[in-house]
Amino acid sequence: MAEKQDSGKEQEWSRLMAAAQEGDRTAYERLLREIVPLLRAIAGRWHRRPDRVEDVVQDILLTIHRVRHTYDPARPLSHWLATIAKRRAIDALRRRGRTEKFEISDEQAYVTFADPAANKAVATRDQAPALGAAISVLPESQRQAVELLKLRELSLAEAAKVSGKSISALKVNVHRAIKSLRAQLKGE
Amino acid sequence: MAPSTDQLIERLAANADPVQRLRPPLVRASLWLLAVAAAAAIVVPFFANFALFDAKLQDGKFILELAGTLLTGIAAVIAAFYLSIPGRSPAWMLLPIPPLVLWLASSGYNCYREWVVYGTSGWHLGETAGCFGTIIGFSVPLGVALIVMLRRARPVAPVPVAALGGLGVAAISAFLLQFNHDVDASFLDLGVHALAVAIVVLAISAMARQPRLLSVEQ
Repeated sequence: MAEKQDSGKEQEWSRLMAAAQEGDRTAYERLLREIVPLLRAIAGRWHRRPDRVEDVVQDILLTIHRVRHTYDPARPLSHWLATIAKRRAIDALRRRGRTEKFEISDEQAYVTFADPAANKAVATRDQAPALGAAISVLPESQRQAVELLKLRELSLAEAAKVSGKSISALKVNVHRAIKSLRAQLKGE
Repeated sequence: MAPSTDQLIERLAANADPVQRLRPPLVRASLWLLAVAAAAAIVVPFFANFALFDAKLQDGKFILELAGTLLTGIAAVIAAFYLSIPGRSPAWMLLPIPPLVLWLASSGYNCYREWVVYGTSGWHLGETAGCFGTIIGFSVPLGVALIVMLRRARPVAPVPVAALGGLGVAAISAFLLQFNHDVDASFLDLGVHALAVAIVVLAISAMARQPRLLSVEQ
């Protein structure tokens, strides 16, 4: 019975993706919403913290969007999805490993070093909450540009696709946002 | 701060323009191989020594070596196209192994035979350096043409795809080299061939690590 249900769902997902490849936005949105629990389960095998799992799920969704032309509707969608999800979850783990190599532990956080440049990493970390607050009060278009280009580190082309804005508009927004953030943080 | 998953889905759906599906991997690999065969048919007569090639074809062991080389190239290219698509079986990676074993075993045996007859007299790097240059020289345009086709799939795991592609172009280059290969088969010659193939595989695999060249990050 469960197998029958799974096979029905599998066929439905294949049909939705085939429709999405032809530009059916409703089918695509429905498919992406239906697969999120599966993507969370796969990401959860490699990542424990819920916020990291969610970051990985979003990265997988962006990857699915970029490679959706490679799906062959004659084949099961779940294999295609699982390969992408597993790969991106492992890539995220590797990226995290590389980043953490350069992070400073809490024990050292309040040590002041003789060389002023050596204190920069700690000072930057201490400013994070203020920066978060400053970003949250930016106008929507500027906040979105900073989030996509600086926090999620998307390329200009990807950010333009996700936001529906032109590359030049994104450049202007991010420039204005950084100018405004600099002024806000200096003023504190 | 970052957009929620729900918001991201809405934005992705809003940007879901129609896309052109990739043709099946076997069709794409066949097109690439046919294009290479057509280019080789034009280029090979300019440098081939057909009289020498004909003479070497009289030897069954040489035919085995030639078949092993060509089949390794074809199998590795087909496997690269299959692996570039998510969800295809990793077992495709094994496809070039049997012809690769045939290639290595037959060329190794030919070297051994030459060594028994002539000893180390053929061990001069001057002659084999040309083979090295030819394999690398053919591999560069073939590698570029292969990357151009493989990157359309934006592989999520680009390194194995590139390594197989590298093996494919290096093996096809080694096959083309045989049309004008007058160096006696020595272990040094085989070593130089293996080194050239390894350099091509490593170079293309290293390039695949560049996010914008082959992978999904492009």
